Amino acid sequence: MKILTTPHMERCIGCYSCSLACARLVHQNLSWLTGGIRIKSSGGLSTGFTAITCLACDPAPCAAACPTGAFSQRKGGGVKVKKDLCIHCGECAEACPVDAIYLDNTSTPFVCIHCGRCVDYCPHACLEMTATALTDTAKEVAS
Amino acid sequence: MIRDHFRVLAVDLSSGRGNVLTLDGRETYIGGSGLAALLFDKFGQPDQPWDAPEQPLIFTIGPLTGYFPLMSKTVCAFKSPYHDQYAESHAGGRSALALRFADLDALVVTGKAPTPACLAVGNHHIDIQDVHYLWGQNVDAAGKMLRRMYPGSGHRSILRIGPAGETGSAMAGINVDTYRHFGRLGGGAVMGAKNLKGIVIEGDAAFSLPADKAYRKLFEDVYARMTTTDMMSKYHNLGTAANLASLNELKALPWRNLQQTSDPAIDGVTGERFADDTLLRNAACAGCPVGCIHVGFMREKFMAENQYLYRQVAYDYEPIFAAGTMLGVTDAFAVLGIMDVAEKMGLDVMSAGVALAWAAEALEKGLISEKEAILSLKFGDAQAFRQAMHHLGKGTNDFYRLLGQGALKAAAEYGGEEFACVLGQEMAGYATGEVYYAAQALGFRHSHLDTGGYSYDQKHDDQNVDKAVAFLVEDERERVWLTSMVSCLFARKVYSGELLDECLQSVGYDRLAGQMAACSAGIQAKRWQLRMATGYRPKQITIPKRFHELTTWKGKTDPAYLDALLTAYATAITDLAQTASSEGKES
Repeated sequence: MKILTTPHMERCIGCYSCSLACARLVHQNLSWLTGGIRIKSSGGLSTGFTAITCLACDPAPCAAACPTGAFSQRKGGGVKVKKDLCIHCGECAEACPVDAIYLDNTSTPFVCIHCGRCVDYCPHACLEMTATALTDTAKEVAS
Repeated sequence: MIRDHFRVLAVDLSSGRGNVLTLDGRETYIGGSGLAALLFDKFGQPDQPWDAPEQPLIFTIGPLTGYFPLMSKTVCAFKSPYHDQYAESHAGGRSALALRFADLDALVVTGKAPTPACLAVGNHHIDIQDVHYLWGQNVDAAGKMLRRMYPGSGHRSILRIGPAGETGSAMAGINVDTYRHFGRLGGGAVMGAKNLKGIVIEGDAAFSLPADKAYRKLFEDVYARMTTTDMMSKYHNLGTAANLASLNELKALPWRNLQQTSDPAIDGVTGERFADDTLLRNAACAGCPVGCIHVGFMREKFMAENQYLYRQVAYDYEPIFAAGTMLGVTDAFAVLGIMDVAEKMGLDVMSAGVALAWAAEALEKGLISEKEAILSLKFGDAQAFRQAMHHLGKGTNDFYRLLGQGALKAAAEYGGEEFACVLGQEMAGYATGEVYYAAQALGFRHSHLDTGGYSYDQKHDDQNVDKAVAFLVEDERERVWLTSMVSCLFARKVYSGELLDECLQSVGYDRLAGQMAACSAGIQAKRWQLRMATGYRPKQITIPKRFHELTTWKGKTDPAYLDALLTAYATAITDLAQTASSEGKES
């Protein structure tokens, strides 16, 4: 199963079209936070933008931390989500080492499900669905 | 949030308290420009000066903000220090989406903080902090500090002023998220008068979207029009800087304080030159996939042995005209260097560049001396103009403080009114002809974006006063609808009235759809009524002699045609304002 990767974030213009598309198409929300991909300015010594999204861990620490089975291991990396099993404990977000799970003010978790619906909304082709999580450098060279 | 009323946060800096208001009027005032007019009517003090603490500083968004691409602008309204009358200034960045996700249709700031302060608002918080240690910091340094002080990176908007706003310059803008600005008409000074160094708007709300597929399908359609058709390619490709070569070719590009309208030296400052030599990257306002923000770089050797620093400066047509051709500076990197100082000072670069062009000619003609200018300002001397921009921002001496109130104010003191390039405020970069001069001189924002007057000049050779004025009135009315949504005006070819009706219907604003003619006419009239109530007298506006002496591709300016346009347009504006007044009395 393919996973969402963000190999070309150096091209990002900060339009938030990906975040808005995820919220709109996956969660039926208008939001720039309640989705599986969030955009932040890089800050620090670099400039530009960073995408915060699931790295498709296998095994996924968030799935291991989930006490109810709402998060379970997805084949190919990442997690499958069953919203109706979630008890809003926030353990998944706590377990994620890269802060990829967003909790809203009811502690409902939002995580990338690697569906790829955001990809077409990026005007600079920063995002890609790929078979494996190649390193960014490998993808840059390959493109 | 789709709602039939407005949700407004009013913060009084004097008491340190906020108040969430629910206001009726959605079906009359829509949002954006209309909502700003409603709020100025409620909070504004027409008879009090612009810097009276009770005067409001208003930020509004519209019913479609965030729901569709390029619905990404915020309207800022205030009583302007430039003319002490009601004014609007528009900006993008993240401000519009931050207000949307703070669940606010508008933010109104009144009062004056006891010490320099930063106001932070969000979906769940209002906070006013003393930031006296930031007073005097330039826009860049203050922005960096505020980013460290407040949470919400990436999902907030940081507005701040520089020294120009603190010292009350009528050319002080409000910087939004580094690369965008509420630039014109002195909004930065209004913040300064309130002791307000910064505003941080954090947005973390989420709203349910319509369950049916119509909205998502329409979004997809609009998104495709914005990104795959050639309607927006001008803004995406070279950006507005593409206009430099074409206007120069037309003999319509202001050079050296408008002493010329064309020059072969254009090659150094064309859109192509900026893109080829200086363009570092593009950026976008939140919610806009077009990405028209062009960020250039300049580097500076500050020490021997090849020690350089570099700066990133966003450029557009207007800043290049104002800091480039108008000052006779024809090196792209040098133009960016002047713009960089304006950015840091928190000056509107358009107004500041045009004012400094007047100063250079006044010095050349001996009306002022180096005692006033501090420097030897000569057209083409980029280094001198960088220093002058600094003096203008800081208000170093009486001369620069007066110049910061407008070139005509300085000219009234020192002479040289005939060559002050002022059309209501310092001109935008269009020497296209009589219709444009009348349009900017009398227009609501005194902006090239009020109406397409510059385009009308290029498309019409006849001199039909009635037809031209009818166009200006109608074009303003159509744009008022867009600026009430609030759309970026770059999307005006995509967002037809019919498409906007579809957009409104798709998110649940059925009762607003189809109301464009009635509502936009009402908002247009209301804005003019407020402008008049704060002292505007369009029939008293005059055009400096320099505009009478211009030669464009059409030949010399026809002063009689220009006078006729001014008279007829002033009458039309007065009539519009009276329409709103009479309707107000009847209701």
